[in-house]
Amino acid sequence: MRIPRRTFLQMTALAGGGFALGLYKRPYVLAQGPGAPPALAPLAFIRIAANGTITLMARGPEIGQGVRTMLPMLIAEELDADWSSVRVEQADLDEAKYGPQFAGGSMSTPISWEPLRRVGAAAREMLVAAAAQQWGVAPSECTTQPGRVLHAASGRSAGYGELAASAAAIQPPSPDKVHLKDPKDYRIIGHSQRNIDSHGIVTGKPLFGIDIAVPGMLHAVIQKCPVYAGKVKSANIDEVKKLPGVRHVLKIDGTLSTDVVVPDEPGMEPGIAIVADKWWQAQQARKALKVEWDFGTGQTQTTEKFAGRAAELLLQAPANTLRSYGNIDQAFKSAAKTVDATYAYPFLAHGTLEPQGTTASFKDGKLEIWTTSQTPGQGRDLVAKALGIDATSITVHLIRSGGGFGRRLMNDYMVEAAWITKQIDAPVKLLWAREDDIAHDAFRPGGVHGFKGGLDAQGKLVSWRQHFITYGDGAKTAAGADIDASEFPSGRVPNYALYSSAMALQLRTGWLRAPGANAICFVVQSFIDELAAAAGRDPLEFQLELLDAPVVPMPGQPERGGDPPLNPERLKGVLQLAADKAGWSRRQKTAGRGMGIACYYCHLGYFAEVAEVSVDAQNRVTVSHIWTAGDVGRQIINPRAAESMGYGGVIEGLSHMGQEITLVDGRVQQTNYHQHPMMRMRQIPQIEVFWHTTDNPPTGMGEPTLPPIIPAVANAIFAATGKRIRTLPLQRSGFSWA
Amino acid sequence: MPLQLTVNKETRAVDVAPDTPLLWVLRDVLDLKGAKYGCGIGVCGACTVMIDGRAVRSCMTHVGSVAGQQITTIEGLSPDGTHPVQQAWEEVDVAQCGYCQSGQIMAAAALLEHNPHPTDADIDSAMSGNLCRCGTYPRIREAIQHAANAPVQAK
Repeated sequence: MRIPRRTFLQMTALAGGGFALGLYKRPYVLAQGPGAPPALAPLAFIRIAANGTITLMARGPEIGQGVRTMLPMLIAEELDADWSSVRVEQADLDEAKYGPQFAGGSMSTPISWEPLRRVGAAAREMLVAAAAQQWGVAPSECTTQPGRVLHAASGRSAGYGELAASAAAIQPPSPDKVHLKDPKDYRIIGHSQRNIDSHGIVTGKPLFGIDIAVPGMLHAVIQKCPVYAGKVKSANIDEVKKLPGVRHVLKIDGTLSTDVVVPDEPGMEPGIAIVADKWWQAQQARKALKVEWDFGTGQTQTTEKFAGRAAELLLQAPANTLRSYGNIDQAFKSAAKTVDATYAYPFLAHGTLEPQGTTASFKDGKLEIWTTSQTPGQGRDLVAKALGIDATSITVHLIRSGGGFGRRLMNDYMVEAAWITKQIDAPVKLLWAREDDIAHDAFRPGGVHGFKGGLDAQGKLVSWRQHFITYGDGAKTAAGADIDASEFPSGRVPNYALYSSAMALQLRTGWLRAPGANAICFVVQSFIDELAAAAGRDPLEFQLELLDAPVVPMPGQPERGGDPPLNPERLKGVLQLAADKAGWSRRQKTAGRGMGIACYYCHLGYFAEVAEVSVDAQNRVTVSHIWTAGDVGRQIINPRAAESMGYGGVIEGLSHMGQEITLVDGRVQQTNYHQHPMMRMRQIPQIEVFWHTTDNPPTGMGEPTLPPIIPAVANAIFAATGKRIRTLPLQRSGFSWA
Repeated sequence: MPLQLTVNKETRAVDVAPDTPLLWVLRDVLDLKGAKYGCGIGVCGACTVMIDGRAVRSCMTHVGSVAGQQITTIEGLSPDGTHPVQQAWEEVDVAQCGYCQSGQIMAAAALLEHNPHPTDADIDSAMSGNLCRCGTYPRIREAIQHAANAPVQAK
């Protein structure tokens, strides 16, 4: 599902200047070739002290995906540094200096693989040139060992520390001219390196956004309307001001867009900010806060009504045709068998364990921000606009976050903190309570898909109709609510149609790990499994046949969004690997136990997953084993961390299957984790992660590990029980997690 | 009226309302930021500390009720990260974002204090109160087994 990346690229293109725009257009192309944008200066990323200590700048926001470790590994390898003595420093926001600084779209690896290795290689060549100059020899006669330059012929050598000062004076070589290592010589890349913050994490060091402390800092919470976009009519501000520790109580009128489709960054939500000496005092003061709200039109929204409207729309002619070729109606008429099915999935909250928040300090016309944002550049620009100040007067520090998962792509909390500090002229740490974090999420939108599939006498898929009921207006969709015309199996079925119709929504939506894919993979891979079952065929074999089908090309190639088209060989490769490891061909037909398989291509990665489940007489599901096979190119950079991403995506997908966000009269019904539960230790099966290495540039794995697990488990439940999961969460299909 | 607390073997006087959650006293008064806020209602475990050797949710504990008891936070588990659980966590490379890990480590340390050789079922039972949004559970399990099987260190 490539849409999220395209929308994301458009969103991030708003940040920064022309340099950023050029960089974001075709990230995959960047992974292939060197320096299309201005070359990164080696000395921006590397500091070598006279005693040989090497400090590398980590440029990207760290949200748990491991880039604070991985990105410096790329530099260190080609620099030929001794990793055990490398120090890592977090870079502040400065995209002119560091290149793109964002965490999203699983793009850190593909956009950094070439440029950061070349930064390291350039610095290495500068050190070699400095040594060669000193010794009066040709640089080509010199080699390096970690931290040292050697001249074998004369037996001379010098440490990087001794050479650093003179190397800094050498003109950096052009990035496309540097010599890169042969992968067989890697000492760092491809070898598991421990999380660079491991020691700080296990000793409880204040590493997170919530831990920032600034002298004179006050603490803030914001009470917003329980219905999205509701406004403050009146509030007992003077009473609340008298409560212990409370310093300021501010009415936020807000600047919310009134567009029919809520924009990605819709502006500031109205509310009442309470600022106190301590967070607990601010939070307690809310109990005494009485607000009269103008709830607005959002209060007519109820989940059951959406479901009813979706059912109506499925019976009507679709509003939008995204792709149509062949003749589906004729093909259905002549099909040996047809299958009809309607699938549905709910809104979801991100639920990052660290709630949203940011610390900001406005002083003497300058603003300093400590944020966990995944898009700090865009955040800074939003803040500049909201406060009417110049972006150049804003310093942004990137702080490790307790999880991003796409929530922190939005910068509402950054704008709020900046607004408050400017109002009160004191530093402030804004921290949303958990209840705020869920109620005011940018939700993964729900959706409904109406499917019809046609099979010929050999059980081959000959016709596919898919009508996606989503949220938006006309052809415009809410954030994260779209579908791409190239969505699998588009082009691989002789007769095909993909339609959509949109329902109005007054709620903030956004991107949750593997946006679009995290839901669409469930419906498509489950329906394919249904078709295979209707044809009496092995679902793996059925899918392999689909992947071998001649492709009806998309009109107006290349693919929109800049991603390369699905490579069937790579998807077949991971399907076969996962199936082999799981013993798919030897699976037994046993009542109450079953295996399911699913695969997906998104965020440049190919993943296939097999799940084995057991289901008891009360329809309680236990997942007993998961096999995950991934193809993210020719080089796994940090193997143990990559495996962690496998665990993370799979476990999150399992969590999704038990979660939902529902609305009654515009109010989100779920208040905390007990009503939007995550998987717990005792529910986690054995998870095995395998890599199918192919000769392709390395790509990211923050997201593509997630989508297939959901249909793999749903299909396993079908194999175990004969009952098909067409609606998530599980509870709505009569099942639950054990 | 200041309360006297014993935190990590030190006596600390705090001047807060007795119904202030211990979590916020640790974080915002005593500057011990290891224990984290995740939910405020005791269902996520990010705030886990030890009180008299038992794993306790500090977000649900009124500070007034623990005056006179031994409170141990992640910062007090060892002077330098050398508690066997901390060492195992590093060797196994458990953390992804790291936010839940203080709570996970305290819960694991409390488990091993009372049950030095836990079975997988024991681990599941003791640790299922601690959520991890990133999915480090397989590594947590591995780290606890690693710590349980580590040779006994001279204290």
